[in-house]
Amino acid sequence: MSVGALWLASGTVLALLALPAVLGSYAVTVCIFIFFYGYLGQAWNILGGYGGQLSAGHAAFVGVGAYATTLLSMHWGLSPWIGMLVGATLAAGLGAVIGGLGFRFGLRGFYFVLLTVAFAEVCRIVTLNTDAMGGALGLYITFTGNPWHLQFQDNRVYYYLALGLMLLATGVVALVERSRLGAYLLAIREDEDAAEALGVDTFRYKLGAIVLSAFLTGLGGAFYANYLFSLQPNAVFGIPLSVDIIIRPVVGGAGTLLGPLLGSLILSPLAEVARIYFTRPGWTGLHLVIYGVLLVGVVLFLPQGAYPHLRRAWARWRPGA
Amino acid sequence: MDATLIAQGLVSGVLFGGVYSLMAVGLTLIFGVMRVVNFAHGDMMVWGMYLAWLLATRLGVDPTLGFTVCAAGLFVLGVLVQRGLVDRIPDAPHEMQILLLLGVGLVLENVALVAFGPDPQRVRSSLGRATLWIGPVFVDMARLAAFAVALTLTGALWLFLRRTDLGRTMRATADNPYGALVVGTDVRRVGATAFGIGAACVGAAGALVSPILPFSPSSGLSASVASFNIVIIGGMGSLPGAFAGGLLVSVAESLGAVFLSPSMKELVSFGLLIVILLFRPAGLFGRRP
Repeated sequence: MSVGALWLASGTVLALLALPAVLGSYAVTVCIFIFFYGYLGQAWNILGGYGGQLSAGHAAFVGVGAYATTLLSMHWGLSPWIGMLVGATLAAGLGAVIGGLGFRFGLRGFYFVLLTVAFAEVCRIVTLNTDAMGGALGLYITFTGNPWHLQFQDNRVYYYLALGLMLLATGVVALVERSRLGAYLLAIREDEDAAEALGVDTFRYKLGAIVLSAFLTGLGGAFYANYLFSLQPNAVFGIPLSVDIIIRPVVGGAGTLLGPLLGSLILSPLAEVARIYFTRPGWTGLHLVIYGVLLVGVVLFLPQGAYPHLRRAWARWRPGA
Repeated sequence: MDATLIAQGLVSGVLFGGVYSLMAVGLTLIFGVMRVVNFAHGDMMVWGMYLAWLLATRLGVDPTLGFTVCAAGLFVLGVLVQRGLVDRIPDAPHEMQILLLLGVGLVLENVALVAFGPDPQRVRSSLGRATLWIGPVFVDMARLAAFAVALTLTGALWLFLRRTDLGRTMRATADNPYGALVVGTDVRRVGATAFGIGAACVGAAGALVSPILPFSPSSGLSASVASFNIVIIGGMGSLPGAFAGGLLVSVAESLGAVFLSPSMKELVSFGLLIVILLFRPAGLFGRRP
């Protein structure tokens, strides 16, 4: 990282830390969504962006993390601070099962996509039909405002939590990018057969990527549960959430460090504005039309996402830097 | 377990399987010719349902006839999607094609949501209430009609691919696109036609189920997923595989509803899918991918 980029990064983080002091409560909420979806996109990015293994079932990991944390807290009084680690570990376990089965049997491309979808759907249907997990009604968390229960009166605490998560995931991805794992993942994405021929243990590294990605996503699930206070199987395990997770890194630039964050910065406020203005009868769904058009447009005209273009524009603007 | 209940499950399963087969045949044709997985398949089906609904409510046309119009409408949509979008990125990685068609699906689903609202609809067909009793087992006439039409359409498509020049060209392109190009096939036109026919199949399937099941704009997702399951179980790109897979999955789901619970029936097809993916990823009738 160049000195200029380092200054820019530290400046941005400091600004983000100071921002809640001047923002209204609603703007804080929008920021929370930007950070949270940026976080989930970043977690997906490890497997889908760097590894090129397109998962369309990441909602499964969100759901496992969210449900595990909530059930542990409801039945055994386990604090979500500890429960989230249990949930994330379970999500990682599910990731290991999906990856272990899928990669062991050499499922690639579309077949892997479908395997992830199938597992997420199995989770959704099982949860929907298990009364002990709240069934179709879902789970509702009573608000106590007790920090030990990962609940806060002040919205700004969630802001810092979400920001922390996003920075954590970005840090992890930055480390991955520089590590052997990152290099091998790129090799696998570009040409898996060639990577294998050169002696890369593709199974092991793909498995590592899905476990890490699932762990982080599961951690996000715990945040999701304790920020929204309610869990419905269709919402947390459903394919729409998986699409929500994928679309941000793709629009921002999959397989780049800042792509998922950029994608979330573009799309999360859009989703929020759409949620408010398009919920009138006759307008619901309009924001998803826009999502769809954006997705089509990005694939056709910016297949690498927005970030590489932004970077080039930056380089043109500051040729010396 | 009551034998009548099982027989009933079998009959309903087989009858509904015709529609499943038709959906899967459309998907597998698109995949076979162009190696593109139509992630907007279910959303195209939803448009077939709503077209049938419009025809039935506005013009009083029963879906058993209206399916022809739905198929024609979806054919045009399929050709447009192929020509205008998919054809622009023929060499892009699979992920990009998947994302492109996911985007198309999102647009189709939500345009339907804006146009028709989220409330479930159902087409009232004169056949919907008629039933036929074979001993203790009842046969729903709407399902029987759907099965008959679906079977006829699949058979017609089979003949088209075997007996006509365009059909043979299509199979040649599926076998070897480069070779087909070398001998002078207009591969792009064949691709657009295949996409159109595939979309027409699923559009007709949508019209046929519209009197049987309530539908809403969000039904597309589960229809897509069901089509994918069937095609993988049968073997990607294999027409007989899609046909047999449709019947198999439908019967399995129907029996799953009898033995487990109606809301768990999808679990059976996902279980089947996972087993097939792991032990025979080429599917029952497919060649090794």
